[in-house]
Amino acid sequence: MDVTALLISMGSMGGLGAMFSAGLSIANKKLHVDEDPRIEQVKNALPGANCGGCGFPGCAKFAGEVVLDDVEISDCTVATQSEIDEIAEIMGVEVEAAERKIARVMCQGGTYETAVKADYAGIESCLAANLMSGGDKLCEYGCLGFGECVDACQFGAMYMDDNGLPVVIEDKCNGCGNCVGACPRNVIEMHPESDKLFVLCKNFDDPKTSRQLCTKACIGCQICVRAVEDGQMYMEDNLAYVNYDQYGKEAKLPTDRCPTECLVVLDGNEEAAEPTAIQEKAA
Amino acid sequence: MKLFLIFISAAIVNNFVLSYFLGICPFVGVSKKVSSAVSMGMAVTFVMTITAAVTWLIYHLILVPFNVVILEYVSFILVIASLVQLVEMFIRKISKPLYDTLGIYLPLITTNCAILGLALFAVLREYGFIESIVYGIGAGVGFTLALVIMAGIREELELANVPKHFQGAGITMIVAGSLALAFMGFAGLISI
Repeated sequence: MDVTALLISMGSMGGLGAMFSAGLSIANKKLHVDEDPRIEQVKNALPGANCGGCGFPGCAKFAGEVVLDDVEISDCTVATQSEIDEIAEIMGVEVEAAERKIARVMCQGGTYETAVKADYAGIESCLAANLMSGGDKLCEYGCLGFGECVDACQFGAMYMDDNGLPVVIEDKCNGCGNCVGACPRNVIEMHPESDKLFVLCKNFDDPKTSRQLCTKACIGCQICVRAVEDGQMYMEDNLAYVNYDQYGKEAKLPTDRCPTECLVVLDGNEEAAEPTAIQEKAA
Repeated sequence: MKLFLIFISAAIVNNFVLSYFLGICPFVGVSKKVSSAVSMGMAVTFVMTITAAVTWLIYHLILVPFNVVILEYVSFILVIASLVQLVEMFIRKISKPLYDTLGIYLPLITTNCAILGLALFAVLREYGFIESIVYGIGAGVGFTLALVIMAGIREELELANVPKHFQGAGITMIVAGSLALAFMGFAGLISI
């Protein structure tokens, strides 16, 4: 390897590069497309996370849609209020504040709580486990515990706890909903920040079966439905639901009435309750 | 005659998509509608033809005389990337809806291995200048053909009653495999 070869390489590649870039810059001038300058401004004001929470491929595309197609600015779940205000100023519109949404893991069936049907030794992924006869837990509705949602979170707002359940760090959650899409069991749901009361179970089995599957399953006992006023909660397919439209913020929270601790209040720094192992309970 | 054989060889017998399995990404990505498949095919054909010509010139007038054939890949990618930029600007200028339909697959022509493969094959087979260009056109036409056939089938598939577990990617892969099998029938027809 001598110096001439080096110089020739550099010269030829540099020359080619210069030639092409000259050609391209001329083409750029000739083929220039006038674009709404607001698209660029909106794009710069957006967070640039490219998370896809708005339903478009990326922030650039979202910016284009906001300017040209009247997409709501608040569809961007990641942007802070000041960023949204900035975009609204560019667009010259008023924005209604959209309530912040937080991902909620609607299952408490971790390793301790759930009964196991087999030893799963396959790929460590919820999707694979779900295809492979539904993972190792007996419950067909609950969390599989391989953390597909945690991997899907771009903001580091989720982690797997010692019990094998995903936990959402509320302060970090931007509500993009990527974890919802990642979960093959649809265990994760997006809820407005003001919703505090949750039935953390997705099991539609009859009371006897669900009791055998998991110590924290909703067994459809209706105690909670009777404890609140009419219409605030309701039963459907062996599962209790909170009617958020009618459930006033001041209403009495009947969490202590739930025999399986699956009706809970999630409010920021809630300490996790002691897990009850299914083996202990059976013994 | 040789030119004709090169063309048929590149377009059908040794189809880039269905017998070399190059450029699978747009083959699956842009084959939902016949109209967008045709435009994508035309964009790729344009890039392939110009690439074949320019890379031949670069290879024979710069790389070989200066004994820097090792820079083959770098310079070819440079050519392809610039051409794709040009095509992108052009399509955006003439048809914004087409630009939106092709979406991310348009800049991704840069990384379409069918195009780099074409440039490298042309060098490997020691084609002359005209032969290279014909080879490029043939490869582009073959790519378009594969894309359009696939898009036609997929448009019909939208209405077909596909079993639940085959829907989406599954049936697409099966169709692609069947198409490749069908094109295997041309194997050995022309050895060039």
